[in-house]
Amino acid sequence: MSILNVRKLTKNFGGLTAVANLSMELNRGELVGLIGPNGAGKTTVFNLLTGIYHPSDGSIILEAGGQQLPLHGKKPYHICKAGVARTFQNIRLFKDLTVLDNVRIAMHQNLKYGLLSGFLHLPSFKREEKKLLNDAMELLRITKLDGKANELAKNLPYGEQRHLEIARALATKPVLLLLDEPAAGMNPAETAELTELIQWIRHEFDLTILLIEHDMSLVMKICERIYVLDYGMLIANGTPEEIKSNKRVVEAYLGEDVSNA
Amino acid sequence: MKKSIAVTPLRKGFALILTFIIVQLLVQLNIINDYLQATIATIGINIILAVSLNLITGFTGQFSLGHAGFMSIGAYACALTVMRVPTVWGFLTGLLLGAVLAALVGFLVGLSTLRLKGDYLAIATLGMSEIIRIIFTNLDITNGAAGLSGIPRFTNWTYLYLFMVSAILLISNFLKSSHGRACISIREDEIAAEAMGINTTKYKVTAFTIGAFCAGVAGALYAAYFYYIDPNTFGFLKSIDVLVIVVLGGLGSVSGSVLAAILLAVISTILQDFSDLRMVIYALLLIIIMIFRPQGLMGSKELSLKAFRNLGGFLSSRKGGK
Ligand SMILES: Nc1ncnc2c1ncn2[C@@H]1O[C@H](COP(=O)(O)OP(=O)(O)OP(=O)(O)O)[C@@H](O)[C@H]1O
Ligand SMILES: [Mg+2]
Repeated sequence: MSILNVRKLTKNFGGLTAVANLSMELNRGELVGLIGPNGAGKTTVFNLLTGIYHPSDGSIILEAGGQQLPLHGKKPYHICKAGVARTFQNIRLFKDLTVLDNVRIAMHQNLKYGLLSGFLHLPSFKREEKKLLNDAMELLRITKLDGKANELAKNLPYGEQRHLEIARALATKPVLLLLDEPAAGMNPAETAELTELIQWIRHEFDLTILLIEHDMSLVMKICERIYVLDYGMLIANGTPEEIKSNKRVVEAYLGEDVSNA
Repeated sequence: MKKSIAVTPLRKGFALILTFIIVQLLVQLNIINDYLQATIATIGINIILAVSLNLITGFTGQFSLGHAGFMSIGAYACALTVMRVPTVWGFLTGLLLGAVLAALVGFLVGLSTLRLKGDYLAIATLGMSEIIRIIFTNLDITNGAAGLSGIPRFTNWTYLYLFMVSAILLISNFLKSSHGRACISIREDEIAAEAMGINTTKYKVTAFTIGAFCAGVAGALYAAYFYYIDPNTFGFLKSIDVLVIVVLGGLGSVSGSVLAAILLAVISTILQDFSDLRMVIYALLLIIIMIFRPQGLMGSKELSLKAFRNLGGFLSSRKGGK
């Protein structure tokens, strides 16, 4: 059963076509990889899916609750409310706020008290804030950050900041989670722990996950299907086995290795 | 720990009432003279202005130079009402009218400047405030550049204190709510905030509306205290004055704004004796404070209750010693 339907998605930046005519489909509950060399357009796809950029062409349809919801042209907060959450490759936490507040802010869209209660701290405020606190602490426990709830986000070590990005995204109660290089900058032990976390939250929260990652061993290990982008174009999609032996993929990555050498 | 949390609001309420009674007594016993009373009125009005501008600029991150404009709407609306209906009800009606009109303009300003950031937003809000000033200069009903004089005085310590404390408490409460956190997230990272489901448009406009409402109240209190207002009372420099208080106290600190408003008033009062050099010394002091505390007196921290408790403990232990 499909949850996300991307048709002929295109994004031009001036003369540069960062994403060209991309079509892809995610099924409910799947964990799908999105890979490709640097500058292939992966993050741009995420920015299009979450409304940070508007597509130059094409459509994005989310199927949620038996309804077909077009996401293209929608504002980011609408898309988030519809159930699509993300993490950022270049970590965008609320740096000067506490770990706890980072998570609580992401819960705001489901808030059950109004402005008046916020001004006067009426009983509904107290009741809901208590619930908010409990839920936030639960997410911090899952991401092993509960001991640091009151620290400023910017003071966390790098790996924990990536965990907090995930906790914050989960706080929005998504059905579809987009992870942009969650393992970047992590050592093998941290990556292993992260792999476990991703698999665990996937089942626990009943998520569909789209994962951008350069760590091929991680991608090959946990993804059921993989889409490969190069210069904005889809050059392959299939199971990890199929992708590993795909000629165009090997070429694209070889090309990168050559240019890096 | 749990116990102290339960006791705190009571203590807070007690301290607030005590402060009110002490000053009220001092006023009634004529220990606080007219000059000092005017200083206290200025402090109270500046606190309302600074705390509300801090909501817009310090917490929501929207650089605004238009606070004097919002203030003038409250001042003129209240003055015109109270001059026609010179009763307490006239005053309160005028105050509410002024605050609501200012909030309305704040709403429109927030909405129309949504796409602007930083310096550009500052210039746009400054322009808006100048437009308001020019409108008041050219209207007949506001008596043009000559301004309004003979406004009956209804602002007294009671009203001043009531509105000041309400503004501080309501804004602090708001900031501690999820709505306040939504505003703060815009300052921290607007793109991330949007991506996490915050309707940034809504909360920017909300901050401007609340801020302008409070500035309108401050303007009304001003008009009904100082007998006289003209368009230039609410010029560019008034907005800068408020901004100085906010920056000096700390962007993102309510208690910082309160402290800074008091401190600056005390400094100006002391400097009265230096006549010519007054403004130079004032400016120098500001520069020196900003060199040593570039984040402002309080940074983005709040004066903690713990500090008060420690002080309380210290005082009571001294009493006990006697
Ligand atoms: N806002 C923008 N304006 C102009 N060009 C952009 C913009 N965003 C991305 N690009 C360009 O689009 C192309 C794809 O970038 P993108 O960040 O999507 O790549 P990526 O696959 O995520 O790469 P990496 O693996 O390095 O993160 C790059 O050439 C980039 O320079
Ligand atoms: Mg990227």
